[in-house]
Amino acid sequence: MSYIIDRRLNGKKKSTVNRQRFLRRYKAHIKKAVGEAMNSRSITDLGKGEKISIPTRDLNEPIFSNGRGGHMEQVLPGNKEFVTGDRIPRPGQGQGQGSGGSGASDSGEGMDEFAFQISQDEFLEFMFEGLELPNMVKRKLAGNDAFHVVRAGICNEGSPGRLNVVRSMRAANARRIALSGGKRRNLKLLEQELLAEEEKDIALRDQRKLDELRAKIEDLRGRVSRIPFLDDFDLKYNLLVKQPRPSSKAVMFCLMDVSGSMNQATKDMAKRFFLLLYLFLQRSYEYTEIVFIRHHTSAKEVDEQEFFYSRETGGTIVSSALKMMRNIMRERYPASEWNIYGAQASDGDNWNDDSSTCHKILIDDIMPHVQYYSYVEITPRDHQALWDEYQSVAEVFPEHFAMEQIIDVGDIYPVFRQLFTQKVAV
Amino acid sequence: MLDTGLNDKQPISTTSEWTFELIQEYDREIALLAKEFGLDTYPNQIEVISSEQMMDAYSSVGMPVGYNHWSFGKQFISVENNYQRGRMGLAYEIVINSNPCIAYLMEENTMTMQALVIAHASYGHNSFFKGNYLFRTWTDASSIIDYLLFAKNYIARCEERYGVDEVEALLDSCHALMNYGVDRYKRPYPISAHEEERRQKEREEYRQRQLNDLWRTIPKLGGGEEEATVQRFPEEPQENLLYFIEKNAPLLENWQRELIRIVRKMAQYFYPQRQTQVMNEGWATFWHYTLLNELHAKGKVTDGFMMEFLSSHTSVIYQPPYDSPYYNGINPYALGFSIFTDLRRICENPTDEDRAWFPDIAGSNWKETLQFAMRDFKDESFILQFLSPKVMRDMKLFCISDDDREKEIEVGAIHNEDGYRELRAKLAGQYNLGNREPNIQVYSVDTRGDRSITLHHTQHQRRPLGKDTFEVLKHLHRLWGFDVHLQSFNGDEITASYHCPEQGRDRSEIEESMLVPKPI
Repeated sequence: MSYIIDRRLNGKKKSTVNRQRFLRRYKAHIKKAVGEAMNSRSITDLGKGEKISIPTRDLNEPIFSNGRGGHMEQVLPGNKEFVTGDRIPRPGQGQGQGSGGSGASDSGEGMDEFAFQISQDEFLEFMFEGLELPNMVKRKLAGNDAFHVVRAGICNEGSPGRLNVVRSMRAANARRIALSGGKRRNLKLLEQELLAEEEKDIALRDQRKLDELRAKIEDLRGRVSRIPFLDDFDLKYNLLVKQPRPSSKAVMFCLMDVSGSMNQATKDMAKRFFLLLYLFLQRSYEYTEIVFIRHHTSAKEVDEQEFFYSRETGGTIVSSALKMMRNIMRERYPASEWNIYGAQASDGDNWNDDSSTCHKILIDDIMPHVQYYSYVEITPRDHQALWDEYQSVAEVFPEHFAMEQIIDVGDIYPVFRQLFTQKVAV
Repeated sequence: MLDTGLNDKQPISTTSEWTFELIQEYDREIALLAKEFGLDTYPNQIEVISSEQMMDAYSSVGMPVGYNHWSFGKQFISVENNYQRGRMGLAYEIVINSNPCIAYLMEENTMTMQALVIAHASYGHNSFFKGNYLFRTWTDASSIIDYLLFAKNYIARCEERYGVDEVEALLDSCHALMNYGVDRYKRPYPISAHEEERRQKEREEYRQRQLNDLWRTIPKLGGGEEEATVQRFPEEPQENLLYFIEKNAPLLENWQRELIRIVRKMAQYFYPQRQTQVMNEGWATFWHYTLLNELHAKGKVTDGFMMEFLSSHTSVIYQPPYDSPYYNGINPYALGFSIFTDLRRICENPTDEDRAWFPDIAGSNWKETLQFAMRDFKDESFILQFLSPKVMRDMKLFCISDDDREKEIEVGAIHNEDGYRELRAKLAGQYNLGNREPNIQVYSVDTRGDRSITLHHTQHQRRPLGKDTFEVLKHLHRLWGFDVHLQSFNGDEITASYHCPEQGRDRSEIEESMLVPKPI
């Protein structure tokens, strides 16, 4: 007799724990691969999963085995031309000899790399591991938010479905005790008295007293039994209340210089940086909005496509973008409701007298309201006036302002990590 | 074909879709045939699972429950990779030596494949598990699942209490020595998981007492005379390294000893499988082939069914020649199937050659002879006994002899009259686990001195130890806690010796070097 069982609905992911153990053990390798992938990827698939390779020798689980050498005899199939006594030159590197003798060799032997895929989530996990958003304090209850239901103790009204049987029975029991306590005590006394009376010698019994006692006992018993077992107001119900779920919202301002001095390569690097930041914000906040502002001599709010791909040329006035950011913040993103992040990328070119204006706008209007403002300068050349002005901003807001220089693609991810590395609370 | 209109001449199914009713029907038909052929099996439990579940099962050595360890994760990832790239079909089968015998069917498979797997696993392997002497002696089919559950829970508790890293490191070390956790000759005592749990408590106390005795450092009164008769410990060399460590390592905690025991038990459980691969797969393959052909002969399956079945059967028993890029050792399915098939032929249609080679088998009842061959042998003795000249000729087997003192490889026996016997003996030797794995035993422990342990390796045909040896010693060192020495003997002469810690190196460096290697 055979039993046939459908197990398809049983848990599938039995190996998940083991897989995680594996990832945990080889964290260092994976992190390195993730770091490398960051720099070689095109922008559109920045956040996808990744193929990770680990050298097989690092994964090896050693066992005692026979080494090469000594006298080895082996039986092989598929003889075509050999007869006993033939001598053949030894093939190089054991080719054609199979895995001879060392029967327990691991099946992966011969492959140099153990390659496997990690999912997007795992990829991002490793990518942003150890990073945190600075100053993530401001939280605001959003009006149209979802509620979740929590238990909030016991109440006297409710639907029958929520009846709490244990508490109801306990209440009923308490009520019965409270209502009948005195009567029971009297009853006990009377019963004792009756017993004492009955034990007396028959000649000494007072029949009237006996009758009286019996009547009283009867009366009390009746009263006790009339107390209901379960009463309406014994019923207790589980109370469930709705709680608004606090959610935090963030807006990210991406500011980019698109003037003639920014070539496509520089823009590409800026783009990568913005994307990293965007992915990172998305993981930390439930709502993330992005405002793209591009500027040359004048600033313009644009959509993503235009921000990254359209071409324009001209001179550079950085303050135009900052002004625009300030205005948008005032109109649409009050600092009391939004966590505001600013990220600016430029090659450092600016009209000379404009840099001080930038400094002023930043200090007066922007920095007091934003959580964090990061500036990356993508240039292999020396810094110009803008860098110096920004440096003085950084001195005023050391916690909220960061700036770094990026020279080539390889710097982006390290710089990003540097900007957002978890700071140990002092 | 003349159809007489009888109902049982109708094929069971005509499409490749399977349903639970059809599986039941096929199972019933195959069970009937199996009974006619005299196969004795445990009750079957056939489970239909999805491919993801199959991958899970693959990566936990086929067991439905298993403790957690990164190496199973690694296994899982590589299975998943190969499967997704289509490099590997999961189709075949996983069957567990338990009572009832659990076999998995994958939902993606066609009806033909399901029937094939039922015949192969639920009747082929199943009867082998129940009949073969090694399985009967070494494993207890009724309690294995319970024991696995006990092990999983125990290890999970240890992880909670002592940390995942601690447990993982210890398991790493145990796995490194897993092949040396087997009693080759002593029969283990089968006990139930419940009993196991109770005994585990007892063992804890007992072990501690015994240990304290062994490692006592307080001098005994009047010790002067005893010194002369100090005996080597252990008195006899010990082949079961894990057992020796579990019972005698000075510094291990009780839970650590229990973990070693769990790994040891697992090794013991899988030991028969490692010794009967050719027989086991050959037996199962022979029976799926025989049973399904019989079904076809009775008109229970269609010709299309047979075509599909034969195509997958032939790819299973394909043996690439030694010089093919696909060559990866001798295919146990091919070798085992050929021997069993030829055995049947020898019984039914013996030639003169067969009569000369197998006088007591030729012409006998094939069912009884095959049963005998299945029951009382392991790969090594099975090949030595039953590999016929015809199979050697068909597979074109030949022997090469590679001596590192010679410049060239010499071709030894080949598939001809002079070579058959030698060839057969050589092939059998190839399946002797004792020749495949280095012979390493605990030789002595310095109980009065630095507590170091000394192992002896006895070389087989002067073959040295592999390159991993020092790595394994590090694991041994972790378990033993004191210096470890390994001497490799060729005859009476030590040709190599390994020490851990390496002489002149500090002990703390070892733990460090055992951490996961850093990426470069």
